Amino acid sequence: MTLPTDKPRAGADTLRGGPRRRRVRTGVPLPLLVPALIGLAFLIVPLIALVVRTPWHSLPAQLTSPDVWQALKLSLICATLATGVSLVIGVPLAWLLARVDFPGRGLVRALVTLPLVLPPVVGGVALLMALGRNGIVGRWLDAWFGITLPFSTAGVVIAEAFVAMPFLVISVEGTLRAADPRYEEAAATLGASRFTAFRRVTLPLIAPGIAAGAVLAWARALGEFGATITFAGNFPGRTQTMPLAVYLALQSDPEAAIALSLVLLAVSIAVLAGLRDRWMRAG
Amino acid sequence: MTRTARRTRRPLQMAVGGAAALLILSACSSSGTDSSAKPDSSGPGKLSGEVTVFAAASLKESFTTLGRQFEKDHPGTKVTFSFGGSDSLAASITGGAPADVFASASPSTMKIVTDAGDASGTPATFVRNELEIATLPGNPGKISSLEDLTKAGRKVVLCDREVPCGAAAQRALDASGLELTPVSYEQDVKAALTKVELKEADAAVVYKTDVRAAGDKVEGVEFPESADAVNDYPIALLKDAGNTEAAEAFIALVKSAEGQKVLSGAGFLKP
Repeated sequence: MTLPTDKPRAGADTLRGGPRRRRVRTGVPLPLLVPALIGLAFLIVPLIALVVRTPWHSLPAQLTSPDVWQALKLSLICATLATGVSLVIGVPLAWLLARVDFPGRGLVRALVTLPLVLPPVVGGVALLMALGRNGIVGRWLDAWFGITLPFSTAGVVIAEAFVAMPFLVISVEGTLRAADPRYEEAAATLGASRFTAFRRVTLPLIAPGIAAGAVLAWARALGEFGATITFAGNFPGRTQTMPLAVYLALQSDPEAAIALSLVLLAVSIAVLAGLRDRWMRAG
Repeated sequence: MTRTARRTRRPLQMAVGGAAALLILSACSSSGTDSSAKPDSSGPGKLSGEVTVFAAASLKESFTTLGRQFEKDHPGTKVTFSFGGSDSLAASITGGAPADVFASASPSTMKIVTDAGDASGTPATFVRNELEIATLPGNPGKISSLEDLTKAGRKVVLCDREVPCGAAAQRALDASGLELTPVSYEQDVKAALTKVELKEADAAVVYKTDVRAAGDKVEGVEFPESADAVNDYPIALLKDAGNTEAAEAFIALVKSAEGQKVLSGAGFLKP
């Protein structure tokens, strides 16, 4: 449809874009500009392709189907809960890494950020081994409290938090390191305890960084697939989030998969674009 | 190029988009080298090159054995497999994935490929597979029938209805008039079985062959309703096969007495 016209346009941006925008050319060296624009196209063209190939005629029916709404609702709820979990335990963890000098801090920091590079499926397997009904911690949860996390919505939240929390920790730790510790010291000289100083001085100071990290973590949680399907399984309404619904729809109904992908894309862009300017720059 | 033109008529292909185009290109290039590398394509014993077989996840063990057998019978050949859910394999093939042979776990998934005009000739049923209940070793839940799975508190996983093992399980449940709410619909039969092997689920409805392949990690329970849910496994040569002779020879091996012995040893039924 419009795809053929898109491709030459992407080329024109890199080739003809230079001479046309003289002002840019004087400022940015061509050996940097060309790869940068190719990089931009590489990241954006697949997303444009998704929009181009969207079955617009059947889109309203796809989006109003109860299954889609159910999956989207579950995705939004679980991503928000996972962000909440990350905030409650991730911010103190970031504080510990940034403000307390303890032996092996470098190693701890590496371990904390490991889920960033770990394939999410591996994360899911690891969670099963730890928190599954037969896992090293999970078997006691099951025996003592009758709690089994796999195949439950709580399992989805845990899988998403596992994958998303490092984004928050990194962001908050970075902000903490940039924040001037003298404010906290001043609070301490005025008699505040370390926790009061954290609560009353540090927390407001690093709020933009926390918000930025929370947004990143939320967006990552929303897109989580591998750990979720491995640890929490796939059951509509309980553990089937949007990414899982997209994957399974692709097996039988690619049009539905594209429509679902578009929804996920739109929600992610809306959140990232809407919040980026307000908080990320400040952070 | 005519392939591409034909493809665009189908919504399925449209979905796969640019990736498919890349795959088609790579398929063309690899098939070109394969055919040119072949000195003589007539007569047996002169096979060479690579055969790419897309096969249902449930065929993994037996086809891996047959692949090794094939490579031994025809030195210079190499059989590569892509095992997965039949539906996703079919989608890959219609999307232009470079495959020579497709063995699917149900006629309906094979139909996706034949409808797209990607199969060469008519698919042939080479085995049938029956369902079984996989439970934990020793069957601690004393599961003896399909109805036992519907009891409250049982954690049962089924295959997603989109994949053949899930469709078959649904047929068996419908035939028995039972309502079963699983804890999860897994994306393929191996994923369902794994959840039992890891003791996360109490039971899964999977193929008899998968129970057998899992050895003593699970215990199989037969149930009479499985007779209503026997799956035929068709195999077909694909139209874009880069190595037609070797692909045909592999299909012949699967259908031969020798191949059938391997398959029935894995628990498959004769067609």
